[in-house]
Amino acid sequence: MTRGSRKSWQYFGLGLAWFYLLLWPLLGIRDGELHFAATFAVWLRVAVGATICFVLYRLGKAGRLDGVLHPLAAARDAVGDAMSRAPRWMLLTPVIVFALAYPMLTNRYAQDVAINVLVYICLGLGLNVVVGLCGLLDLGYIAFYGVGAYTYALLSVHYSVPFWVCLPICAVFAAVAGCFIGYPTLRMRGDYLAIVTLGFGEIVRIVINNWMALTGGPNGILGIKSPGIYIPHFVDGSFSFEYLLLRKLEYLYYVILALAAFTIVAVHRINFSRIGRAFEAIREDETAAELMGVDTFRFKLLAYALGAVFGGLAGAFFAARMRFVSPESFTFIESAMVLAMVVLGGMGSIPGVILGALALVALPEAFREFELYRMLAFGGAMAVMMLVRPAGLWPAARMGKRSDDTE
Amino acid sequence: MAHLCLTDVSVHFGGLQALTEVSFDLRPGEIVSLIGPNGAGKTTIFNVITGVYKISGGSVAYDGQTISGLRPHHILARGIARTFQNIRLFTAMTALENVMVARHCRTRSGVIGSVLRTRRQRAEERAVRERAMAALDFVGLAAHADAVAKNLPYGLQRRLEIARALGSDPTTILLDEPAAGLNPSESRELMEMIQRIAKTGVNVLLVEHDMSVVMNVSHRVVVLDHGVCICQGAPAEVRSNPAVIEAYLGSEAD
Repeated sequence: MTRGSRKSWQYFGLGLAWFYLLLWPLLGIRDGELHFAATFAVWLRVAVGATICFVLYRLGKAGRLDGVLHPLAAARDAVGDAMSRAPRWMLLTPVIVFALAYPMLTNRYAQDVAINVLVYICLGLGLNVVVGLCGLLDLGYIAFYGVGAYTYALLSVHYSVPFWVCLPICAVFAAVAGCFIGYPTLRMRGDYLAIVTLGFGEIVRIVINNWMALTGGPNGILGIKSPGIYIPHFVDGSFSFEYLLLRKLEYLYYVILALAAFTIVAVHRINFSRIGRAFEAIREDETAAELMGVDTFRFKLLAYALGAVFGGLAGAFFAARMRFVSPESFTFIESAMVLAMVVLGGMGSIPGVILGALALVALPEAFREFELYRMLAFGGAMAVMMLVRPAGLWPAARMGKRSDDTE
Repeated sequence: MAHLCLTDVSVHFGGLQALTEVSFDLRPGEIVSLIGPNGAGKTTIFNVITGVYKISGGSVAYDGQTISGLRPHHILARGIARTFQNIRLFTAMTALENVMVARHCRTRSGVIGSVLRTRRQRAEERAVRERAMAALDFVGLAAHADAVAKNLPYGLQRRLEIARALGSDPTTILLDEPAAGLNPSESRELMEMIQRIAKTGVNVLLVEHDMSVVMNVSHRVVVLDHGVCICQGAPAEVRSNPAVIEAYLGSEAD
């Protein structure tokens, strides 16, 4: 056993001991007393699993597993190579077909989860414009989601404006809110900006919570209408349109799927345009960007407003789907979740953000049985991710491809 | 042809007088070097011209119009581009993208055009790419167009900075110590490049410590010391000027 490996085993042992200390108060307290048995059983399972992983890792590092790993790596490279050579439509078609057929293959519960994932994809992609592309750390992003949701809720309840008319209105309101919040805050950089956006995010929530006359305060707003569509209707040779409210989950799924598809296409196109380049230049070096002809203040405001637009659209859908909004849905933890998706998936990368949303919304649903340990596993997974893949699950593509993306 | 003219420019930061009534001009078709000991205010002059620092007195005029007080991106749009003493590329972007950013002020398409990918936007984007490639080609970086800027070797990063500045179609280019850290053969290539830039009708204002570069390429040399312009003229004149010799070697004479 070399010195290096002894040291890493020591750290591993320390890690397990620390984990036990962490777990003990979590699981061991029953009826006001501290017990060992329950904690130990859980800890032992985790420890055995972790030890197996660690042994494999050490063996891999020492080169004992090369016989298995080399063919695997070769296979992975071959697949990656084939993927990069295949035309884009060949990769996208199965995804699109699956997305369209999804409600026919699944039950209500799975559809519900999928709708959640899609809402978070919209939010994540919107925040991605601000954080990933423009490099402005925004901790109050959920405020725009709230603005969109309440805009639709109020217009629907008081003036019964249809959903589709409200979508652009919500986008405009969110953009205006983005400019309002952005104008004073965007003079700050880095950490200061993060703190101020956090403050503004809370201000929006607290205003919603306390403006009883307009928003109903903590009681929220009830009776929001679902999106509706006109369906051509033939009765005895006469032709008319029937107004149908899209209450069923699978219809709502298609609505949010369309919204998410719009968001993906829009963000992708902005990313690969003059605007996206300006955003990235600001992220890389704000002073140099200004000196290279980018009106940094205007473009930072634009990034903020664009992010807000996508957040607002998602918010409008959220209100239409729940048919109820209350300030509880727009707390700081939501902002943090969306930010975690962007960082976990890979800043500035669209497939990354989609993966991030899947990982943070769908995976916890898949592991519902372990509900108690969910947050513990979540924290651990985040820490491991940041150690192993600091650039995210699917880092933003670069390497030439970007600059010749004309099609 | 563009004419850059500084008249009695003064800059102070709090109590520190960085520039005192500096006047010089850059006439059409000229290569002018700005030299002086460390801390003489050479980079400050660049920052004044490009609008990073506010001037406390005097004025900067370009093509007969006052540009002092404009924001940096407006000044770039007027045709004055610069490079940086310590390289400031957009490190995570490719070489081509770096130059494409500089086309920003020459293009118009906005969010709606980009989202809808209108015909005009696509044509503009194609033109941007072509112009950026031409600028890369000019400095000999066409083969590295898709390389990420931070992975380029130092000498090529310096060239990419020049390509980025040229990408904005400037009429005047300010080069801040472009030869710093280059080996002799690279400096020779740089000199040749500066002369080529001047031939395309772009005025060059050069800050440089490498005297062989300064003396070989400049039409005129402006010498600064402690924020004061102590001498200007042809390279040979400046070299024999006693005030310049004192500024550079003064302490040793004591």
